Parts: sequence; structure tokens; C-alpha cells
Amino acid sequence: MALPPLPQPYQDTAAYWEAAKDHRFIIQKCNECGEFQFYPRGVCSHCLSSDLDWQEASGKAEIYSCSVNYRAPHPGFADATPFVLAIVTLEEGPRMMTNIIGCDPESVKIGMAVSVVFEDVTDEVTLPKFTPI
Amino acid sequence: MANAMRDVAIVGVAESDLGRVPDKSKFQLSAEASRLALDDAGLSVKDVDGLFTTIITEGGQFSSMMMAEYMGITPRFTDSTSIGGSSFVAYVEHAAMAIATGLCDVALICHGSTNISDRGGKGGPMSASTEVFGPSQFEEPYGVSTVGSYALAAQRHMHEYGTTSEQLAEIAVATRKWASMNPKARMRDPITIDDVMNSRVIASPLHLLDCCLVTDAGGAVVLTSLERARDLKKTPVQVLGTGEAHTHRMISQMPDLTQTAAAISGKLAFERSGLTHSDIDVAEIYDSFTITVLLTLESLGFCAKGEGGAFVSNQRTAPGGDFPMNTQGGALSYTHPGMFGIFTVIEGVRQVRGECGPRQVPNAQVALCNGTGGVLSSTGTIILGRD
Repeated sequence: MALPPLPQPYQDTAAYWEAAKDHRFIIQKCNECGEFQFYPRGVCSHCLSSDLDWQEASGKAEIYSCSVNYRAPHPGFADATPFVLAIVTLEEGPRMMTNIIGCDPESVKIGMAVSVVFEDVTDEVTLPKFTPI
Repeated sequence: MANAMRDVAIVGVAESDLGRVPDKSKFQLSAEASRLALDDAGLSVKDVDGLFTTIITEGGQFSSMMMAEYMGITPRFTDSTSIGGSSFVAYVEHAAMAIATGLCDVALICHGSTNISDRGGKGGPMSASTEVFGPSQFEEPYGVSTVGSYALAAQRHMHEYGTTSEQLAEIAVATRKWASMNPKARMRDPITIDDVMNSRVIASPLHLLDCCLVTDAGGAVVLTSLERARDLKKTPVQVLGTGEAHTHRMISQMPDLTQTAAAISGKLAFERSGLTHSDIDVAEIYDSFTITVLLTLESLGFCAKGEGGAFVSNQRTAPGGDFPMNTQGGALSYTHPGMFGIFTVIEGVRQVRGECGPRQVPNAQVALCNGTGGVLSSTGTIILGRD
């Protein structure tokens, strides 16, 4: 079976993917302006400071928008349709792209409370996903 | 600067062969459209000293150098700004600036794409990469796609404002009516709101008929000074106002899923033109998806935020409606080679010149063209008027 496209970790993101592999969900907080950000970057996207720390996130989030996708966007999703593509707002503030899993795709609605779960896609890659609480 | 750009005109526009053109490369389509647009202006390739183009598919790196070499042009002003389908509308602003400041005399904007032939003649996704570099590694592993991204915006708009699938379908139906009057349009058979609603869901809430076509196509636009334009073949079409902006690259980073950068670029274009919404006789709004149009109309200020659904109801944008829009049949029914922006400009110019035959909007003096690029990421807005 074809694999979905998988992240190739780089300087900005290696720590995030390493933590995900250990089933930990971490995000960056700026020590200069105090803002959280997602996705991980080498600088703060609010103030351009390079003084960033990783913090364990609560893993709690709310669905900002969601769509049931019936067509595979890539051969790696051929057996995965329909799947729920969603943007969630993390309790800490930033938004991220994810999938909502562990439920009937048609039952997923905007505003639902969700929490992080970890999907081990390969031995090397784990994707944080979300499931309704 | 705003006033100086009024001294610039669009003098030539053209499409290449459209639809399925498997025997021609994207470079040839771009170059053939350029030749036709220069012919339309009464100019030759030897007059061109400014080139504006981008190719985002294979073989397109260093786009302006590559296309200049392909066509034998040695530009003294060159621009490969790459902000998606809106690039070619933004190029009108860049070209007008370059001409108004004397940096070039004759600007050629061109585009060519074999978007359907590249996929073996079938629609659907192209990507099959297995490793994702850069920030998009936070989206692609989750199965994000262009249609999926726009679907997220549509779903949010429905949630916040009660917009319905029927209201989105109004746009597809009206656009098809315009296409039926354009012999170059790919899809010309009338459709109903039920047809749209009953077409299969690709990514909820978007149905197949909410989505643009996938075609091969090329297009080109030629600009020069208004002074020189008055000695050329066609009625000059003045660049009255322009604006451009982008707010994000990836859909998960869009500040507000219900408002596009047209709120910025449109405001700039109106301010710089000194015109108001009631001055616009015809609108050419990039319609990658029905939701793109609805969000753009709101963001441009043609109606209040959340009222786009009501605005497009009762076939308001169709032939005979009081808001003529996407009069060549749009990306939904005419052509869509991956990036559509240049075709909004081509049709806006033709409407203002009054050369659109059965689909001509009576006495169209002022056109607004809006390109959207990426995933609702970037916009270019221009307002054009008859000299």
C-alpha cells in the first residue's frame, strides 16, 4: 500500500517530530513576547525573536473547520477515504491542520471539543491527530 | 503613483488554444498567446522590453528568463512574482508601475499551462511525492488538497453565516449561462441548481460542479503608455486602479477563513481609482470554486460580510442579472489551466472594449478583475476603464 506523504524533519521541526514519536505533543512559546506559535519555526512569527522554548501542549482543541474528503488527494490516501480534514484551534491559541479520527466522519462538526491522539504511520513517523472528547 | 498609473493602458489580449491541447507544450501555449496579444495590439515581439510570467509546474524554474529565451526577448524589466493564480493580475500593477516610471515601454504578461495533458488527460490530483520538505509537512501528511482547503473555508462560512449549498450553486449555474454564449468555453450545456447539488461531493460541502475545470491553456496581456496606446490598433483600456496582498500560504494559517486578501487589494484598487462599487459595470472574479467567488464579493465590499449567499441568489450574476460576473464562463465553465488570473484580465478588457458579441454587457465602461492565488492566500485586484 502506498504511504501518504510524510514529513522530512529539518532544523525547525526535528524536535517536534521527535517528540511526536514519543507520543508527546509540544509547541513553541516565545520567551520575548510570550506568544505561542504553530507550526514550528526558527523564529517567532509575532516578533522575530530567536528565543523560543518548546512546551508540552495540553492536547485539547476545538474544531475551527472541518470537511469530509471523499477523493484521495494522493495515492497514499486511496484506502483512507472518506477522511475528515480539519483545522483545530489549540487551547494555547494557535491553529493547526489535522485529521479527526476515531468517529463517524459525518458526525464531526465545527465547535466540537477534541483531544490529541498519536498515529504511528511508520517506525519513524508519528502524526498527532485529534479525536472527539 | 496612483495617478501616474492611469497613464498606462492595456493594448492587447489573447488566449492560446484552450481545453485539451496534448500536442503543444505549456511554453508554446504561452508564446502563441503572446504573439496573438501582440497582434491584437499591433505590436511585435521586438517591441517588448518588459516580461512578466511564472510557471509553477515542472520545467518552469527561472520562469521569466526561460520564457524570454524561448521567445527571443531581452527584457530590461523582468518579474516572476509567484503568488499563484493571482500573479497575472498583480503583474498588471507591476507592469503599470514599470511603464509609468519609464522602466519599460511595452510589457508582456504571459501564461501557459498543460494542466490536463500533464495528468494524462484526466482530472484529479497530480502529486505523488512521499517526503514533504518545509512548512507544508504540517499539512500534506493530513491529506490536504486545494479542494479540501477551499472546502474548509466554505464550511466555516456556512457555520458562521448560514450560507447554503444552494446559494453556492447559484454561482455555478449563472456562470454556465455565460459560458453557453462563449464558443471558446469548454462546458456550455446549461445546468440547474439541482444538477450542482446532485453532483458528487468531493470535499464537503463542495460538489463536483462547485469546482473549476482542469484544462490546458495560455493567455497574454500587453501594456504600454496611454500616449503610445492611442496610436495602436484597439481602443486603449486604462488601468484605473490596482491592489495586491497576501495573508498566508497554507490554509491552516489563514487568519480568517471567511475573508480573503481582496479586503486589502480591493480597497486599494478602489481608493487609487477614485471609483466606488456602483461604478463597476462588469466583474471578473477568479472562480476556482464557487466559495471563492462568494468570499471575494464580500471581501471586495460588494456586500457585507456574511451576505454573499443572499447577494448571488436569484441568478443575480447571470446574463440579464444586475451584477454581470464572469462573463466568459469563468474557471467553472470556460477554462482553468491551474492558474486563471490572466483570463479575468483578458475578459475584462474585451468587455470594456465592447467586443464580446452575444455575451457583451451593454455599455460596459468599467470592469473589475480579481485574481486569487494559492489557497485563498493572495489576491490582485484591478479596475479597468475605456479611454
